[in-house]
Amino acid sequence: MSDVPEAHDAPDRSPDQARAVSRRAMLGMTGAGLALGLGAGLGGAALTRTRSAGGAESAQVYPFTGVHQAGIDTPAQDRLHMAAFDVVATSRDDLVDLLRRWTYAASRMTAGLPAAESGTTGGSYHAPPEDTGEAADLPAAGLTITFGFGPSLFTAADGTDRFGLASRQPALLTDLPHFPADALIDAKCGGDLVVQACADDPQVAVHAIRNLARIGFGTVSVRWSQLGYGRTSSTSTSQSTPRNLFGFKDGTANLKAESPALLEKHVWVDAQDDPGATWLAGGSYLVARRINMTIETWDRQALSEQETVIGRTKDSGAPLSGGEEFTDPDFARVGRDGVPLIAVDSHVALTHPDQNDGNQMLRRGYNFTYGSDGLGRLYAGLFFLAYVRNPATQYIPMQNRIARDDLLSEYLKHTGSGIWAVPPGVSPGSVLDPETGAYIGESLFA
Amino acid sequence: MFHTRTLGLISSAAVLVLLAACTSNKPASSEAGGITVDSSADKCAVSTDTVGSGTLTFSVKNSGSDVTEFYLLADDGLRVVSEVENVGPGLTRNLTVNAKPGSYFTACKPGMVGDGIKAAFTVTDSGAQVGPTGDEATQHAAAAASYVSYVKDQSEQLLTKTEKFHAAYLAGDDDLARSLFAPTRMHWERIEPVAESFGDLDPSMDLREADLEEGQEWTGWHRIEKDLWPPTAEDNGGKTYTALTDAERTKYADKLLADTKDLNTRVHAADFTLEVDQIANGAIALLDEVANGKVTGEEEIWSHTDLWDFQANVDGAKVAYGTVRDIVAAKDPALATKVDERIAALQKLLDAQKSGDGWVLYDALSQADIKAFSDAVNALGESLGELTTTILGG
Repeated sequence: MSDVPEAHDAPDRSPDQARAVSRRAMLGMTGAGLALGLGAGLGGAALTRTRSAGGAESAQVYPFTGVHQAGIDTPAQDRLHMAAFDVVATSRDDLVDLLRRWTYAASRMTAGLPAAESGTTGGSYHAPPEDTGEAADLPAAGLTITFGFGPSLFTAADGTDRFGLASRQPALLTDLPHFPADALIDAKCGGDLVVQACADDPQVAVHAIRNLARIGFGTVSVRWSQLGYGRTSSTSTSQSTPRNLFGFKDGTANLKAESPALLEKHVWVDAQDDPGATWLAGGSYLVARRINMTIETWDRQALSEQETVIGRTKDSGAPLSGGEEFTDPDFARVGRDGVPLIAVDSHVALTHPDQNDGNQMLRRGYNFTYGSDGLGRLYAGLFFLAYVRNPATQYIPMQNRIARDDLLSEYLKHTGSGIWAVPPGVSPGSVLDPETGAYIGESLFA
Repeated sequence: MFHTRTLGLISSAAVLVLLAACTSNKPASSEAGGITVDSSADKCAVSTDTVGSGTLTFSVKNSGSDVTEFYLLADDGLRVVSEVENVGPGLTRNLTVNAKPGSYFTACKPGMVGDGIKAAFTVTDSGAQVGPTGDEATQHAAAAASYVSYVKDQSEQLLTKTEKFHAAYLAGDDDLARSLFAPTRMHWERIEPVAESFGDLDPSMDLREADLEEGQEWTGWHRIEKDLWPPTAEDNGGKTYTALTDAERTKYADKLLADTKDLNTRVHAADFTLEVDQIANGAIALLDEVANGKVTGEEEIWSHTDLWDFQANVDGAKVAYGTVRDIVAAKDPALATKVDERIAALQKLLDAQKSGDGWVLYDALSQADIKAFSDAVNALGESLGELTTTILGG
C-alpha cells in the first residue's frame, strides 16, 4: 500500500505519570533561570522522586560527554524519537555551526535542562520562547541524543563533494544494497544527518527532536522522523528482555554494556579499521530499518507455528532445543525423524552469532504503531536499530539471508532504511557553548 | 507461504492411528484441572492415574536432559491415542485429548528411544459427552485422498494451459498470451501452498521483482508478466523498460514450462501424501496469501489481475475446507456454520467484481471495495484458524 498513514499520532501518555518534580519545579525552587546552569548533578538528585510506574530510570541523567556518544551502550530507554535531516545549507561553516548549536542544546536537554539558557519563559516577552516548553515539567527521563552522518553528507548522488568531506568518507559508509523483498519508501530512507533521541518519557524524546529541528531550520530540513515505544532489546544485563509486537521476547542474545570486550570487538570502530577515516575511531555504524509487521496474519497462526518460526517458546523465550531463556540454542539437537528442534529456517537459527561467523550486533530497536491503515489493519512494526563496527560483515550478509530464507520474513515488510557513521563522543571536560565550543563530529572537520 | 506446514515434515504415521489426536498448547492454568507430567531421565510422574472422561489436558514438563515424548496409549499399551513429541529439556508442552471412559497407559519416552516408561491410567465415566470418535482415521484418510486428487488435477490443468501460454508467448502472439496469463495462473494459485512446499520451485516460478536479492536472476511468471505488460519509465524506477529479446523469451518460457512439468511430476509421485492437518493449514495459508498479497494488489503489479489470484486462493481454501468439513461439523457445528457463512460472504464480494470471463482489474477497485475485501478475508481467516485444532481435538 502506498497510501499508508503517516506518523501523526504520538503514542498515548500513560495516565500514571506523576510529574511532581520537574524542570519547571526546579526553576521555581531555585528561583531564577540562571540556576539551571547548575546542571545535571543537582538536577538528577532533585528529580529522583518522579513517576514510580514508569520505572526508576525516569529521573535518570546520563552524561552527554564521553569516549563514545551516549545512547548506544546506554541501557535502552523505553521511548524513541528519531529524525533524519538533509542539509540544505551549502557552506561547511554553516554545517559546523549547526553541529555546535546542536551539541550545546543536546548537552543541556540530556541534563534535564531547557534547550537554551533562557528556557521557556526566561527570555524577552516580545520574543518566541527559546525552548518550546512541553518538557518543562519533566525530568531528564534518561534522555540520550546520538548523532550520525549519512553517506550523502560526504558525497551527493551526482558525485559532488558537498562540504569537502568526500576524501574522509569511510569506505564502509555506503548505501545498503537492495535486499530480497525490500519495499522501501524513498521518503522513509536515508538522510544526511540522523539524530536518535531516547528517553523513558515520550514527551521528553519528542521535545528533544522538536527543539533540535527548530534550531536547524534554514540549515537542515527534516527528511523523516520516527516514533517508537517499547524497547525491543535490552542493552544491559540489568534489564529484562522485552517483547516485540509478535509477542515474543526480543534481544535475548543482544550485546550488552556489561561485556566491554565484546563491544570493542563488535561495536566500536578502531583507529586502525579505516586509514581514510580515523576520525571515526571510538564511533560506530548505525543501521536503521523500518520493518512493518503483518500483525493480523501473524495473530491467526497456531502457537506451534509461531514458535517454529521464531525458534523459541512464546512464554519463557527458551530455545526449542530446551532450557531457559538464556540457555544457548543447540541447533544440532534433533527430535522425531531427525528433524532439528530449532528449524533451520527459524529466526533464531538464521540470526544467531553461531550461524553468522560469530558476528554480533548491538540492537536497540523499538516497536511502533501508527494506528490503523486504510484497510483497518494495525499499521505497526519494529523500528530496527543496530550499532555495528562493520556493516559489511555484521549486517548485510545476515539481512540477505534472513530476507530470503527466514520463516519470519513472510510476516515482515521493510519500508525504511538508512546507514550512518556515528562519530565518537565529545571529550569529558570540554567547553560546550554554541559559538566556539567542542562539538559532535569535530574530528571529521579537523 | 507455507513453510512449516510443508509436506513430509509432519510425516508421523501415528497421525493416522489416532483415536483422538493431539495439539500443543500453552500450559494449562491451574483451575483447568490439568494433569501434570514430569518426564525425567528415568521417571514418568503423572499427577494422577484416574480421571473422569472428557477433555483432558496433560502438561508435560521435561525435567530430563534429553528430548522427550509423551503418549497416551490404548488399553493394549501399543496403539497411540494421542502424543506430544519434541519436548526439549526444561520445556513444558500441553497435550489435550478427548478421552472416553476406559483403560489406558501413559508413557514418557526420554531420548525418543525404547518402549517408554509406562503406567496404567484409568478414565472413569464422568457423564461428559465425548465427541464422536467414530472412525476418524478413515475420515482423515478419505479427506486426504480427496485433497490429493484435487492437487493432482489442478497441477495437470496448470501444465496444459502453461503449454498453450508458452506457445503463444514464443510465437509473439502477445494478445493471446496476455489473455491466457491470469486464467492459467489460477491453477497455480489454487494449490499454491503445496507448490511452495517444494522450496526450490516457488522462487524459480513465482518470485516478484521486489523479492530478488541483488544479483539474483529473475525467472518465472512475473518476469514474463512484466514483459507482456511493459511499464512506463515512471513505473519502472525511472528506467526505460527494455523488452526481452527472442532468445530471452525462449529462455524464460522454457524454464517456466520445465518447472511446471517438474511440479506435476512431484505431485504425482507415489510418496506424495498429505495429512489432514496439513490440508486445514493449507486453507489458512491460502487466506494468508490473499491477505498479504492480493488484497493489496502487490501480486500482479504489472497486469493488475490480482482478483483472478484472489478467487483462485479462495477456491483452493474452499476445497481444502470442503474435504474436512464433515469432521469439523461433527465436532463443532457452530464453527462449520460460521466458516460456511464467511466463505459465502467473501464469494459474494468477489462475484460483485466479475467482468466478462474474469474480474475487474485491481487498479479499478475503490478503496471501499478493497476495505470490504480485507474485512471479509480477516473474518474468514480468523475462523479458519480454528480448523486444525478442531480437527485434531483439544
